[in-house]
Amino acid sequence: MGSTSSEQQKNLLSKIATNHGHGEDSPYFDGWKAYDENPYHPTKNPDGVIQMGLAENQLCFDFIEDWIKRNPQASICTTEGIQEFKDTAIFQDYHGLPAFREAVAKFMGKVRGERVRFDPDRIVMGGGSTGANEMITFCLADPGDAFLIPSPYYPAFDRDLRWRTGVQLLPIICESSNDFKITKAALEMAYEKAQQANINVKGLMIINPSNPLGTILDKETLQTIVSFINQKNIHLICDEIYAATVFSQPKFISIAEIIEGDGSCNPNLIHIVYSLSKDMGFPGFRVGIIYSYNDEVVNCARKMSSFGLVSTQTQHLIASMLSDDEFIGKFIIENSNRLATRYKNIRRELDKVSIGCLKSNAGLFCWMDLRKLLKEPTLQEEMVLWGKIIKEVKLNFSPGSSFHCYEPGWFRVCFANMDDETMEIALKRLQKFVKRSKEKRCGSKEEILQKQSSAKHLIS
Amino acid sequence: MRMTRFREKLENDEDSKGSSSGGGGGGGGGGGTAMRIIVPLQGVVQGRGGLILGSVIPCALFYFLQLYIRRNRSSSSSSSSPPSPSQPSGLPRSSSNLFSRLSTGPVYISSRASTIAKSDDNPYYVGLKKVTEDPYDALNNPDGVIQLGLAENKLSLNLVRDWMAENMKDSIIGAKGGGDLNIHGIATYQPFDGLMEFKVAVAGFMSQVMEGSVSFNPSLMILTSGATPALEILSFCLADPGNAFLVPSPYYPGFDRDLKWRTGVELIPVPCRSTDNFSLSVTALDRAFNQAKKRGLKVRGVLISNPSNPVGNMMSSETLYDLLDFAREKNIHIISDEIFAGSTHGDQEFVSIAKVLESDDFDRSRIHIIYGLSKDLSLPGSRVGVIYSFNENVLAAAKKLARFSSISAPTQHLLISMLSDTRFIREYVETNKKRIRRMYLAFVEGLKQLGIECMQSSGGFYCWANMSGLIRSYSEKGELELWDKLLNIAKINVTPGSSCHCIEPGWFRCCFTTLTENDIPVVMERIRKISETCKS
Repeated sequence: MGSTSSEQQKNLLSKIATNHGHGEDSPYFDGWKAYDENPYHPTKNPDGVIQMGLAENQLCFDFIEDWIKRNPQASICTTEGIQEFKDTAIFQDYHGLPAFREAVAKFMGKVRGERVRFDPDRIVMGGGSTGANEMITFCLADPGDAFLIPSPYYPAFDRDLRWRTGVQLLPIICESSNDFKITKAALEMAYEKAQQANINVKGLMIINPSNPLGTILDKETLQTIVSFINQKNIHLICDEIYAATVFSQPKFISIAEIIEGDGSCNPNLIHIVYSLSKDMGFPGFRVGIIYSYNDEVVNCARKMSSFGLVSTQTQHLIASMLSDDEFIGKFIIENSNRLATRYKNIRRELDKVSIGCLKSNAGLFCWMDLRKLLKEPTLQEEMVLWGKIIKEVKLNFSPGSSFHCYEPGWFRVCFANMDDETMEIALKRLQKFVKRSKEKRCGSKEEILQKQSSAKHLIS
Repeated sequence: MRMTRFREKLENDEDSKGSSSGGGGGGGGGGGTAMRIIVPLQGVVQGRGGLILGSVIPCALFYFLQLYIRRNRSSSSSSSSPPSPSQPSGLPRSSSNLFSRLSTGPVYISSRASTIAKSDDNPYYVGLKKVTEDPYDALNNPDGVIQLGLAENKLSLNLVRDWMAENMKDSIIGAKGGGDLNIHGIATYQPFDGLMEFKVAVAGFMSQVMEGSVSFNPSLMILTSGATPALEILSFCLADPGNAFLVPSPYYPGFDRDLKWRTGVELIPVPCRSTDNFSLSVTALDRAFNQAKKRGLKVRGVLISNPSNPVGNMMSSETLYDLLDFAREKNIHIISDEIFAGSTHGDQEFVSIAKVLESDDFDRSRIHIIYGLSKDLSLPGSRVGVIYSFNENVLAAAKKLARFSSISAPTQHLLISMLSDTRFIREYVETNKKRIRRMYLAFVEGLKQLGIECMQSSGGFYCWANMSGLIRSYSEKGELELWDKLLNIAKINVTPGSSCHCIEPGWFRCCFTTLTENDIPVVMERIRKISETCKS
């Protein structure tokens, strides 16, 4: 009887439950913790930390609220919608409501400018894109296998793709000297390195548009990637979760477009991960999608989706919303415009203090270049700078190192999860900080000169 | 007689050699290899086989064993079977990497993905598929397949619908109080393990369905998108790949997928006997635990379902006490799947393991409860599951894992409103139980008229029927022949005991809560026709 000691308690649990695979010790999450402890509020806590580490799209909520009010039948618990209740409440088939899959397929096509069509029968649900990414990994790779992934990349992949699956992630190094583009040489080098270490590479994971860079892959790079994976006979997983956040030229090119035009590519190797969390701003709905050109993978993923099904009520709501062609057409344009405005605003304000960002045209963030604020180009200095930004400037930026960026000094800054006023305040705080940092450096120079001239006085 | 079961296993293995990997990841189609050897041997020991069989069987077993090992070895060395690398049982996972590197051309998916193709042959899934292809409808498709294989409750759905129609009129997406829709509260990122408000509502509901016998603390809950991921997440927290859980059998076929597939955990069935009313024997658990130990398998816990699926009986407090003692002695976990707790219909009172813990100074760190709204609230579509644990380390780990299986925010808001209406919930639970009981009695009586007895049960949406009188050979083969007749000739989908790892052939699970009272005579008539052909 009695309770077991805490050591015994830990031994009761599995390795997964007790290891650090959850990745929450990363600085990426430390910033969030700082925000949680002291969150900014315009009136209640104006000196709090402003959250710029969460890639959430809140810019078009008013649009969506308006649609929902005008379409009560979409929500099955209203008098208009209750007719649908009996069928949807009981429905738990992992195939998902046909209307839902058709609507999602149509929406995906629209987002890609109708340049390509998607087959509703290849659409499989996952528990948000987090669940979808993990699920596709379970389908394609065994424990010990590896995926190649271009760095810098989204930190949570370390958890989502590795923790329960036992799969490894091997970075493909991308450099600022060529705007972090993925080169054939870098792909080959990463693959070769894996071969030498006797690691079995099962696939290549790309995020397009990129998180954290906000850039899109051009046609040439996509074709290089496709021939690379075909040649090595490895899978290609394209996370296109930010596809509808492209706000300026060049146009987004989906892997689907490359495949449709290319007969030499083996479609069984191609898989797309999608979600409504970023494009529509619905992370709370937990709508994650796997779209695979491989029948076996679709079959397997569909059964796995039992672990992360979207509630039928949500499926029903989404199906209605995405089928409203007029609304969706307007939404895509409005979303894009609002993001473009935000981005232009940020670039302009940053220019005033000579801070640059990687030129980007998509995503909910910018990849900010703060290398000149570092005393030395080292990881330690990046952490020092990041510490100051969190504690003194009270902005939650995400440091590049947490994205596995090999060059210190880059930070991801999210801009779509706040209103205009908060954005203004955040930018002002940053501008002040940059000016102060410059003054400090100049100030010390002045002091030295003064000392030198007064010393001269004494001597002469 | 009983030899046929073992021979069948060999045939299955030969068939599967060419297509996918073997090992323990297959679906719930058959029992463990162990049972298939033990049962015939038991037959011999008990003297049913006679002297000839008594000497023939061991020799035959030895011969077949050699054949089995030799065939598996040869299948492992050939890697030419597309599209996936075959993984012989017993070898560690890393060897599959070697095989996939040797071959080029075919596209290799993971071994987990390959095993799932095999489980499609499991009668449980085959039956469900047949129904979706040709579903019975009294008016529009009277010759269709009648669904008796899915534990779903349509009897009280109108109550839930009416509540929604009355209460959600002025609001949208279930945000009660109408007025301004606050999309910020619904669309943005929410805590992955569920809103606290929702946990409070679910805790209250759990207490209500258990007739207030025990209260649940919302801080000890992790919410997930269905009981399926709840069970999987708990499995990931409590066991490493290769570890095992003891599961009293017959058990729900879905466990084989939900608990084993991605986790790599083994399930060891612990057979319960009709002579004991299929109730759990801790002696049998103890024996299974020791056998597993001898085989080098580390047992991490016991998984019970209470009320049980497929039998529908409930555990007594005494058995629960014994189980707790057993778990403490072996230092293993207990997972109690109480998903049917509110769907009891008999006179026996339901006792949650949480209740037993309250009354004594038991160490709670090993006790975990699984629950969900799919059964008791007739809302499987809403995808709400619960992990309830007294162990803070388990809660912390499960909380992090819940992000892969979170509940949609709008659904949470909708259900908060409903669950908080305690008067409605009380009426619903009472009415629902009455309706289940009425259907149960009518269905069991109907079967009785055909000479088919059911196991005494007081919970769940099904009855556990003994159709061994209708099967030609008293074996799994005979049982599956009858199942096939029932599905394809009589056109009713029932779940055969072998899918549930029952070692006594002839038992079938029949769910009756998707029927109306008028459907019962239709079902009985179809069974009668089959039973006549069986007797002739």
